[in-house]
Amino acid sequence: MIHGASAVYYREILILRRRLTRLVPSWSVSPLLYLIAFGYAMGKHVTVQGHSYMEFLIPGLIAMSSMTQAFAISSEINIARFYWHIFEEIQAAPVSDLSYVIGEVLAGMTRAILAILVILVLGLLFGVVISCNVWFWLAVMLNSFVFASLAVGLAMLVKSHADQTLVTSFVITPMAFLGGTFFPVENFPAWAQKAIYFLPLTHASTSIRTASFGNMPSVSSLVILAVTGGVFFYISVLCVKKAKD
Amino acid sequence: MIQVLNLNKTYKSTQALKDVNLQVDKGELFAFLGPNGAGKTTTIRILTGLTKLDSGTVRLNGFDVNTPGIDSRRQCGLVPQSINLDRELSVVENLNIHGRLFRMNKEQRMSRIEELLDYVEMGDRKATLVKNLSGGMKRRLMIARALLHSPAILFLDEPTVGLDAGMRRKIWALIKKIQQNGTTIFLTTHYIEEAEFLAGRVAFIDKGAIVVVDTPESLMKQQGTWALDRLKEDDMETLYFNDRKEANDYIAAQKDSFTLRRVNLEDSFLALTGKKVQ
Repeated sequence: MIHGASAVYYREILILRRRLTRLVPSWSVSPLLYLIAFGYAMGKHVTVQGHSYMEFLIPGLIAMSSMTQAFAISSEINIARFYWHIFEEIQAAPVSDLSYVIGEVLAGMTRAILAILVILVLGLLFGVVISCNVWFWLAVMLNSFVFASLAVGLAMLVKSHADQTLVTSFVITPMAFLGGTFFPVENFPAWAQKAIYFLPLTHASTSIRTASFGNMPSVSSLVILAVTGGVFFYISVLCVKKAKD
Repeated sequence: MIQVLNLNKTYKSTQALKDVNLQVDKGELFAFLGPNGAGKTTTIRILTGLTKLDSGTVRLNGFDVNTPGIDSRRQCGLVPQSINLDRELSVVENLNIHGRLFRMNKEQRMSRIEELLDYVEMGDRKATLVKNLSGGMKRRLMIARALLHSPAILFLDEPTVGLDAGMRRKIWALIKKIQQNGTTIFLTTHYIEEAEFLAGRVAFIDKGAIVVVDTPESLMKQQGTWALDRLKEDDMETLYFNDRKEANDYIAAQKDSFTLRRVNLEDSFLALTGKKVQ
């Protein structure tokens, strides 16, 4: 199992390494714009939950970025599957479905971690230092795990790359804005807060923010992320079987 | 080596394969010849475990491809019809990934990569990115990749499609060399000359069913040795002769113009199925 997963992971990392000089600037652009527009220009004199808006925003951007970059592994899988037919090469090898999913999920998580490092550096440039403690990394890893697992499953289910773009537009983008990234979810009406509670990103952004302020996040949020990730991961393994025929 | 018994496959309402039975022996070069859509790729996909069969049995080197587990996949190397290399990675990186997928350790991978790149005459292209290779080089790299884990059986799905005549000949020579080294080869093609030049035995497949399995020589002999093609209105009429003199005498007695040629597998396929391969 480990051999198969490491081979799949190795392939994704080679591609990532080859594109890194192009990816790092692209990972920087959106967070930089959000930091300038919302953090620096608009939020300069705003305080949220006892912290400057910049301190509030950066953990939110980390949650959002770890979600989008972990989910972006689905595009890599789709390109490999629909355009370059690499999926066939992996299918023809003695690699189990479980190994394949482990390799791809780890690759998605690696992308997410690298994108987060870029945001942390950007935060430093704006003079914001957040606490990157164990809880912070645990929340980041769980969030990446959730969305990388979702990405692999969806990449196996879609019939074309265009379908994947639809999922991003209707699921990922709304979640990025509604999951507590830019403002506290408590600002929503009670009924909306209940709905937003079901979004994994809400638990991720709350946990990452709490940890980055030096406190321990809610255990229930971490458990919800772990269980959601586990369910998505299991479904992804089943979806690989379905994608084969 | 390859044993196929009563193989059936249906896609929605289309029966892609109907009761296919085959036996390919160790070291044999077996060609599957048929027009596009005849079921060649479906067969190769089932044999390599990429597509599930509906019913029947497929054994590769004694391993059942339908049994859960991955043992049968180690027995075979696959060169699919479409180029499935990582374009952004180098030649060595592509081979390295394959070696890892087949659980080869670093030493095994490195020595085998060196050996195979020399074998396909690409030893000087190790660091070249795949996107910068020619079509023929990509094909040769795919063959090298399929051989990397030393499979007992090599599956080649239309290995020369889209290549020019010169490169096609080069790939044929490589395939012959691989067979001479003891690898069993299962090849699908819709190129008549390819099957004639390479195969020890040929199976004709049409509409998902095997029409006949025999040696190319035996199949061609059934029609005669020489063929006379005459354009008749919008159609081509072909007459067959066992003797060249007999064919020349016939031409001399006619007013029309003819093209005299040797009988090929296309003639056999046409006689047995009523249609042309190409």
